[in-house]
Amino acid sequence: MARRQFLGGLAAGTGIAVGGLGYFAQPASAAEMLKKQKRMIVIRMAGGLSQLESWDPKPKTETGGPYRAIPTSVPGTHISELLPHTAKVMHHLSLVRSINTNNGDHGKGTYMMLTGRRRTPASEFPEIGATVAKGVDFGSSALPGHIKITASGSGNRGRDSAYLGPKYSSMSLNGGKPPANSARPSSLKDEAAERRTAFRMLANDQFALQRRTAETDAYVQSFAQAEELMAKKEIFDLSKEPKKDHDRYGDHAFGRHCLMARRLVENDIPFVQVSHSNYDTHNENFNFHHEQLGEFDRPFATLINDLVDRGLYEHTLVVVLSEFGRTPRINSRYGRDHWGKAWSVCMGGTGVQHGAVIGATNKGGTEVTDREVDCGHLFHTYLRAVGINSNKHFEIGGRRHPIADPAASPITELLA
Amino acid sequence: MKTDPKKVHTAKEFKCKAPLINGRFHPSGTSFFATAEDRTITRIDLADEKQTIYEGHESWVGGIEFTKDGGTLITSGFDDTLIWWPTTGDSPKPIRTAKAHDGWIRSLAVSPDGALLASAGNDRVVRLWKAADGSKVRELKGHKREVYSLLFHPSGEHLLSADLMGQVHQWEVATGKLVRSFDGKDLHTYNKGQDVDYGGVRSMAFNADQTQLICGGLHKGTNPLGAINEPLILRYDWENQEILKKHPAAGIRGVVWRNVFHPDGYIMAGSGGSSGGYLLFWKPDEEKPFHKFKLRDTVREMDLHPDGMQVGTVHWDRKVRINRLAAKEAKKK
Repeated sequence: MARRQFLGGLAAGTGIAVGGLGYFAQPASAAEMLKKQKRMIVIRMAGGLSQLESWDPKPKTETGGPYRAIPTSVPGTHISELLPHTAKVMHHLSLVRSINTNNGDHGKGTYMMLTGRRRTPASEFPEIGATVAKGVDFGSSALPGHIKITASGSGNRGRDSAYLGPKYSSMSLNGGKPPANSARPSSLKDEAAERRTAFRMLANDQFALQRRTAETDAYVQSFAQAEELMAKKEIFDLSKEPKKDHDRYGDHAFGRHCLMARRLVENDIPFVQVSHSNYDTHNENFNFHHEQLGEFDRPFATLINDLVDRGLYEHTLVVVLSEFGRTPRINSRYGRDHWGKAWSVCMGGTGVQHGAVIGATNKGGTEVTDREVDCGHLFHTYLRAVGINSNKHFEIGGRRHPIADPAASPITELLA
Repeated sequence: MKTDPKKVHTAKEFKCKAPLINGRFHPSGTSFFATAEDRTITRIDLADEKQTIYEGHESWVGGIEFTKDGGTLITSGFDDTLIWWPTTGDSPKPIRTAKAHDGWIRSLAVSPDGALLASAGNDRVVRLWKAADGSKVRELKGHKREVYSLLFHPSGEHLLSADLMGQVHQWEVATGKLVRSFDGKDLHTYNKGQDVDYGGVRSMAFNADQTQLICGGLHKGTNPLGAINEPLILRYDWENQEILKKHPAAGIRGVVWRNVFHPDGYIMAGSGGSSGGYLLFWKPDEEKPFHKFKLRDTVREMDLHPDGMQVGTVHWDRKVRINRLAAKEAKKK
């Protein structure tokens, strides 16, 4: 029995996860895992996507706004006319239209949707990217497992892995560009680099004999990740993708970032988050959703089709989320404000039903009328979909950390 | 009677059923047509204040125009559609409906001789139609972004179309040839942090002798998604395209939804935004407005009555306001 399979079985027997292993609902051999490794792509619609201009249109109502609903590839399911390409791949996707996070704060909403919990002063929880990277980590790669593609930013490691430690914190591809300093300076020759690495490892080993800690392990992991990243830096090089694919995804940042997401999951990166900005449309909501979703629609649908065509979709969960939705009430500036009481996310791929619509809102979209869920339910659902038993614990440094909020549960009818 | 903008006041209000979007006086001045977020058009007969509802569009109505004889109303919707309607009657029904564009139709214009109708919007194409029967005359292609406003030159020889990026194209109506373009980039903002294009030319007008063109919109869009921007009008020399003066309204957060040259020689605009609704007045040779009149609610459109004395404004609070450019009349005892 393979070590992972043994430990996984042990964990299943005791109900407690052991070390960094044993989180899978159905343990399998390393070879199987390599072939079928689960992956997750999150498209984060920063600022708060309007559910009424996307997944839950309410045409011809007081709150519906000017956009019409269009039929999709799923009979009976309609989405906004701003998403014509997405409508054609709706049979690969499902909608949850009944989210009530009861929150209208950007920071809190982002935290809730990425960690599955409400922020409390006493504790920090890892984001979904760190959790998935940890949960599907089978030790074959030292590459970062948690990558965020942002339009701008520092390009540094994120502080989003909480107790899971720096190995699972996000690495940011600023502007979709390869990680900073991933090429060795030309003045440093191979032989010198190898001697330098050998000396560093010797020093590390001697130090570890006496004073090994979680922190020293983190340093060692960071160096290992950096070395593997330098060795495999081509996976971040979008110029390796054919021109026709660049054309299909579109000549703009979000198109390139979606293509990068495809490239990364194809290269076994377990978690990729792509941000699309900005949907915080207090003013001229309809013009700005026309502009932003006009950019989102085609590359997103292209990504879904490509994942399907390449056999990746059956192993990859794709989620389109936001920190909250937008008010059904249209304000005096044609804007919509923050709204956490009745809104939607879209998901598809591994582990979830396709073509399903979970929950409903009332005629004006002001309240959830069926199957109310919150961030905790969604977090459990994502983890179950990628094969992680969300009812288990991570055991880190002698402490047991529930992987997901024990007070919540997955949306079982959405799971495949 | 000469107007006195500093004495402007709201003389009358009409409450409609939904927040309003656009509004125009009938060429006769006897009625006012307002479009609303419930997809309807309301005709308000000004003499008896009777309201008549026009229903037929599948989405909000952005454009309102009239045939030269005033007998037909033409509206454009965010449903890709043009509809011809009678301007009178108790239960008006569409006379003709035409799918004219792919996406929102944002603006309409009727040629001075009444023969042609121009339409444009999100598909970036300007289309010319025979106003009488809706048959297509030609398409004008060249805009790289959404077209926000249209205006025929009073000679009828040229059509202007203006877009989100502040580009104003001058087309030869007879041939469809692009003659030249005006650069109104001051009316466009790209906000890198929010990654949005914002602004555009929301309105255009000629002065009485057709020597000057004004283009209105916004500038200082430091937070487009949060409505932090100020109104701005650019005034061009029609002949040499030079910007003669920029007319901002510092301190007001809003956008110029409509601007006109008043026959009495000043520039007037209806502005709405996070500062509320204003009627703004500039002397052509002055940068700063000489008068700002705050309305009770944000303005979404404005139109000048044929008498030059009344100004119709439409508002989010569902009201049409008729404002007079003169001192209040003394109440009769």
